[in-house]
Amino acid sequence: MAVALDTRPRRRKTSGPVIYFIALVLIAVMLVPVAYVILGGFRTNSEITVDPAGLPSTWNLSHYGDVLSSEVFWREVANSLITAVVTTFFVVALGLMASFVLARYSFRGRGFMYALFSAGLMFPLAVAITPLYILVRTLGLMNSLGGVIVPQIAFALPLTIIILVPFLQAIPRELQEAAAIDGCSRIGFFWRMVIPLSKPGVITVAILAFIQSWNSYILPLFILNNEASYTLPLGVQAFASQYSVDTAKVLAFTSLSMIPALVFFSLFERRIVGGLTGAVKG
Amino acid sequence: MTSTSENPRLALDPHVDLGGGGVAATAAAPSRRRRPQGNGGWRMRLEIAALAGPALVVFVLFVIFPVILAAYYGFFSWAGYGPATDFVGLRNYVTILQDPTFIEALKHNVMIAVLSLVVQGPIAIGLALLLNRKMRGQSVIRVLIFVPYVISEVAVGLGWSLMLQSGGAANGLLEKVGLGDLRQDWLSNPSLAIWSLLVIITWKYVGFAVILFLAGLQGIPEELSEAASIDGASYWQVQRLIVLPLLGPTIRIWAFLSIIGSFQLFDLVYIIWGQYIASTAGTSTMATYMVVNGRNAGSYGYGNAVAVVMFLISLGIALLYQRFLLRRDTQGAISGDKI
Repeated sequence: MAVALDTRPRRRKTSGPVIYFIALVLIAVMLVPVAYVILGGFRTNSEITVDPAGLPSTWNLSHYGDVLSSEVFWREVANSLITAVVTTFFVVALGLMASFVLARYSFRGRGFMYALFSAGLMFPLAVAITPLYILVRTLGLMNSLGGVIVPQIAFALPLTIIILVPFLQAIPRELQEAAAIDGCSRIGFFWRMVIPLSKPGVITVAILAFIQSWNSYILPLFILNNEASYTLPLGVQAFASQYSVDTAKVLAFTSLSMIPALVFFSLFERRIVGGLTGAVKG
Repeated sequence: MTSTSENPRLALDPHVDLGGGGVAATAAAPSRRRRPQGNGGWRMRLEIAALAGPALVVFVLFVIFPVILAAYYGFFSWAGYGPATDFVGLRNYVTILQDPTFIEALKHNVMIAVLSLVVQGPIAIGLALLLNRKMRGQSVIRVLIFVPYVISEVAVGLGWSLMLQSGGAANGLLEKVGLGDLRQDWLSNPSLAIWSLLVIITWKYVGFAVILFLAGLQGIPEELSEAASIDGASYWQVQRLIVLPLLGPTIRIWAFLSIIGSFQLFDLVYIIWGQYIASTAGTSTMATYMVVNGRNAGSYGYGNAVAVVMFLISLGIALLYQRFLLRRDTQGAISGDKI
C-alpha cells in the first residue's frame, strides 16, 4: 500500500524519482536470490564456504562448462521442452474450443459445464496426486512423458477456461452478426474472428501453461522414476543430491535450468503487455 | 490422446459449411435467444460436442475420476499393488484426524493461507498500480518482477536453502554488515522455519498476483480515470475510489486461488525440508504429510484417505468462499443460462 501512496504527489503519466527508487528496491529484492544462484556457479567451493555472501573473485567458467557439456543436462532440457510444448498446445486448443462453447453457445447444461470446470480450481494436482499416480500406472503411462502431459493438460484447463470465457464473451455480438450476414458460420466465426481476437488471452494462458509445465515437480516425481525420462526439475534435484558437496556445480546446474523458462517468458511478456493494452473492448 | 488430436482438426476446419442455425444467441444475452431452425438444432449440438468434448473428456478422466478413485481406495488398507481387498471402513480417516502430526500440518496450511493473503495482496496491488503507470523502463521492470514466478520451485527451493542454511549467504551477509548476532538457523529452528517459508512463498508467488491484477487493470476503461481526474480527483483518489472497486472481482479470484494453493502447498516444503525434517522444523503441510505417510510409506490406501480429507477441506473452503464472495463475479457467467 505504501507503494501506491507514494505515487500520489505526481500528476498522471509522469513518474518521479521516488517511483524509480521504489522500483529499484523491488527489483533488487526480486533478483538477489537469483543472482546468488547464478553468481555462485562462477565461484569455487572453497570461496563459497569461506565467504558465502561474496562475489566471485575470479570468474570460474568450469562449472558451467561441465554442465553444458553433459549429456544428462541436454536430455533433461529436451524432456522438459517436449512436455511443456505439447502440454501448452493442447491446453490452448482444448481450452479455447471449450471456452468458445461456454461463452457463445446457449444450451441446456452450460451452467453445469462451467461450474464443473471451475470446480477443477479447487483441487490442483497435489490433492489428486496419489489416485492420479494409480490411474496413470493403470494406463501404462509410467516413466513416459505422456503420463505427465495428459494430466497436466487436464489440470490446466480450469484456469484456462476461467480466463478465456470472459474474453470470448467480450467480443461484440455485432461482430458475430456481421460475420453471419457475410455468410460466416459459427465455426467460421470461431476460426476467423475468435482466434485472432482472443490472441492476448491465449498468450496469457499459454505462458501460464508453459511455465507450470516447465516447473512441474510433484507429477514427474510420482510418474517418472527412470532417470532417462527425468524432466529438468527432477534432474536438478537429483544432481543436487548427487553432488551435494560440490555447491558451485549445483548452483551452475540450477541456474542453467532456469534460463529457458526465463527467456521464453521475457520474449512473450512484451506480447502480453502489448496484447493486453490493445485488448478487445467489451 | 488420439481422439483429442483428431477433434480439433475437425472442429477448426474453416471450410466446413454449416449454414443452418446462423448466429445463435450468445451467453451474454439469453433473453434474445433465437430458436435455431431446421437442422440447426442438431448441428449446434454437434458443434458443442466437437468443441467442448475433448476438454470435457480429458478433464473428467484426469481431474474428477481420480477423486472418485481416492474415495474408493481410502476405505482400504492397500499397499498399492493388486486389487484392494482389506476393507477397513473409516479407520484410515479416524487415524488421520487423530494424528497430531496431521493436525499440525493442517494448522501450518491455515497459517500459510491467511498470511499469504495478508502479505501478498497489498504488495501485489501496489506493484500492479505502479507497473500500470507509464514509466521509463517499464517493460524491463515487469519482466524482472515476474522472474521468481517463472523459476521452478526446485530451483527456488535449492537456492533459498543454500542461502538460508546456517553456513549460508544470509548469515554471511549479516556477519559482513556487523550484525553477526542476528545469525540464525533459518531453516531448522522450529520457531523461525515457517516464517522463512512465508518469505520464500511471498517472493515466489507475488508475481503471479501482479500478473492477474495487471490484466484486471487493463480491463478497466481508461476513460473512467480520465473523467475522474478531469473532475479534480487526485491520482490516489482515482485508484482508491474507482480502480480498486473495479479490480474487486480480480482480487477475489486471486484470493481464492491463493487460499486453495496454500492448502495444497507441497513442492517448496518437500524440496527445502525434505521428507523427514518438515514436521520437526514446523513446516509440514497436508500434502507433504500425504506423500510421506502414503506413497513413501507404501500405504496407498492411507494416502488416498488423506487426499480425500484434503479434497473435502478444499471443497468446504471453496463452497464457503463461493457462497459469500465469489458468487457476484461468476453470477453473470453462470446464471445467464437459467433454464
